[in-house]
Amino acid sequence: MKVATHTFDAVIVGGGGAGLRSAIELAQSGLKVAVLSKVFPTRSHTVSAQGGINAALGNIEPDDWKWHMYDTVVGSDFLGDQDAIEYMCKNAPQSIYELEHMGLPFSRLDNGKIYQRAFGGATREYGKEQAHRTCAAADRTGHAMLHTLYQKNIAAKTHFFNEWFAIDIVKTPAGVAGITAICIETGEIVFIKSRATILATGGAGRIYASTTNAHINTGDGFGMALRAGFPLQDMEFWQFHPTGIYGSGSLISESVRGEGGYLVNKNGERYMERYAPHLKDLSCRDIVSRCSAIEIREGRGAGPKGDYVLLKADHLGPDLIKSRLPGIRELAMTFAGVDPVKEAIPVVPTCHYLMGGIPTNYHAQVLTVNAKGEDQIVEGLYSAGEAACVSVHGANRLGANSLLDLVVFGRAAGLHVRESIDQGLHFNEASESDIEEALARVYRWNGNTKGESVEEIRTALQKAMQDDFGVFRTADAMKQGFVKLEELRDRLNYATIKDKSDCFNTARIEALELDNLMATAIATAHSANVRTESRGAHARYDYPDRDDSNWLKHTIYFDDGRIDFRSVNMKPEGMEPITLKSREEHN
Amino acid sequence: MAEEKGMHFSVYRFNPETDAKPYMQDFYVDTKEHNCNMLLDVLLVIKNKMDETLTLRRSCREGVCGSDGMNVNAKNRLACTTHLSALTEPVVIRPLPGLPVIRDLVVDMTQFYDQYNKVKPYLQNDEPAPATERLQSPEERAKLDGLYECILCACCTTSCPSFWWNPDKYLGPAALLQSYRFIADSRDTATEERLADLTDPFSLFRCRGIMNCVDACPKELNPLEAINNIKEKMLEEV
Repeated sequence: MKVATHTFDAVIVGGGGAGLRSAIELAQSGLKVAVLSKVFPTRSHTVSAQGGINAALGNIEPDDWKWHMYDTVVGSDFLGDQDAIEYMCKNAPQSIYELEHMGLPFSRLDNGKIYQRAFGGATREYGKEQAHRTCAAADRTGHAMLHTLYQKNIAAKTHFFNEWFAIDIVKTPAGVAGITAICIETGEIVFIKSRATILATGGAGRIYASTTNAHINTGDGFGMALRAGFPLQDMEFWQFHPTGIYGSGSLISESVRGEGGYLVNKNGERYMERYAPHLKDLSCRDIVSRCSAIEIREGRGAGPKGDYVLLKADHLGPDLIKSRLPGIRELAMTFAGVDPVKEAIPVVPTCHYLMGGIPTNYHAQVLTVNAKGEDQIVEGLYSAGEAACVSVHGANRLGANSLLDLVVFGRAAGLHVRESIDQGLHFNEASESDIEEALARVYRWNGNTKGESVEEIRTALQKAMQDDFGVFRTADAMKQGFVKLEELRDRLNYATIKDKSDCFNTARIEALELDNLMATAIATAHSANVRTESRGAHARYDYPDRDDSNWLKHTIYFDDGRIDFRSVNMKPEGMEPITLKSREEHN
Repeated sequence: MAEEKGMHFSVYRFNPETDAKPYMQDFYVDTKEHNCNMLLDVLLVIKNKMDETLTLRRSCREGVCGSDGMNVNAKNRLACTTHLSALTEPVVIRPLPGLPVIRDLVVDMTQFYDQYNKVKPYLQNDEPAPATERLQSPEERAKLDGLYECILCACCTTSCPSFWWNPDKYLGPAALLQSYRFIADSRDTATEERLADLTDPFSLFRCRGIMNCVDACPKELNPLEAINNIKEKMLEEV
């Protein structure tokens, strides 16, 4: 197929927080930049972030970015790269002030400064008292941020391809040349040629049956990277948020606990006091989720089936709930049928966030591992936000560090692309067959006429992941899950869509998304299976302890099933490294 | 007939590639069996299990992304936050009115986004930015409540007769709400220009206070109040 070519200095795949933040940096510098998004940008999943964004502004009490860094490293269970965490925490205050200047409607303190709330894992002076470090716009911080960033892009006149879907990376023998993409409304397929390509495609929570994630979180960047021969890193680390609404999976923000709410079991016991007497309900998410899972498993869950726990907030009073947690109240009433002003909310640990992703350095440049096992920068390819693994979250992300990650590294990507283009980052010329290769899966879906539906395979995939790769893992369950996934991957080759229309064909888009979900799930399965320890969100019954002598390293997965490893960076550039310690509190 | 068991939905269908004109199609969905609570659940059951050609937008499924605005039993709402228990049968589902239909429940939102862009929906401040945040008191910040929460679902604008009559000239409730969001922001210094841009007979003044927008907003915002506040500001400025 001969397809039209559009040429840009930079193409950004994804119109969420990371993509829009990098676009601002580039559009303001006068470069020709395009954002390609499969939904209108303000429908991206950043919009669902609630609680806030961390930065050591010190608006409530004295704070220090080094304390923030310490919490992030400890929270990551030491798998986070300390040079990247240092960069993020150090640049956090500046990034927040920039957002404020762009117009983000942060909640305010009486003195007019940005309001900051308590959040999980946040401490002062290296592990002492609870810190108030989370900048918030009520409990709609992601919504406020995404809209502000989009608005700033309108002012900067960024070029948008809205409701366009990225199919694959176009690779030439010399390197990355751009992407292929399909217009959802018309079915038109184009090659977008660019010096720099930024993958800001977000997460992939839809590989699980129960998730806080939007329908659109299908790991599109992961599939694209793998098919182009680039690796994914730390794919075993999926965060299960302690408070997804029982049934619907919608998120109830950690801010409820930050504002003083807490979890109880069927006996009304505040069980986190028993597991973690110091930080209690504001322990890291992996810890709280495991405790809830144990409560449920040991028969102390609430409800007719004993399969959820309760998030209590009624003691906070209607005024606080209505002013600080209005969105939560709306969600609880709509999806759980309870008003948190009066009743506890039924919640359950729910798949929420992927710590792993496309490996990058802290300039957001994509990394691969060469034959000698050394890091190698992929010229012209970048990634930021949940799609990337910098890695600032390691084995477990702190609440309110994800909005920070996407702003800081979206910005870093923009800055670095700009610099590289100034220094002569060139176009790679793609041949017709290079482009054809990046269209292969469209031809497959168009050509298949018999076979199972997308829905059948997707549902089976989500069930396998939910059953065999959940909060707690074992070799036996994962082996079973693995067999199911391998079989599903074969079946996927023959699956078919009946809808062959070119007009707003969402069945075709869901099919293309399923390829990406499958790639992501298989990467997760391989990586989880190989890591024989428990660290952060990766918890195994058969290997219950963290094993630093063997496993203080990143898992690298390639599409052909090859597993490699990268060492964890323990060398921040402007301070002493943070040394290994146990995260569990001892009674 | 077996397929007639279940809750009755009548859905607007139109694919310009194959259909000479739009038609309504009946679906019967066993909402218990498929564990459906919300209207979006039903639409996805239809798409996933009965007819994959049914076309709609959806993303967050919790009422914050604004993708799935549609006209349900003659009222504009979000499918994902509409409880089935609140609907009478047959549930008649149509695309948002007043915008061109692309396919089935998907409308062309270009006009709506153009209106949004017209009000310059971004903070303008001609003073140099301080090294830290600009200060804003909690009272000043409170003026943005009820405005910044808009999700751009278009339920309000497409329910507005003034918009139907003058879609090219009247900005519509959603864009005007956004306009006031910046007029009301103590950090924005472009109030005068913003008001001046709205003084023609159409952009703002075609609002007739019909209040469909207030009734339609799934986030319980009040565009009419924002419009009236803009008018008051204009009087203050004169």
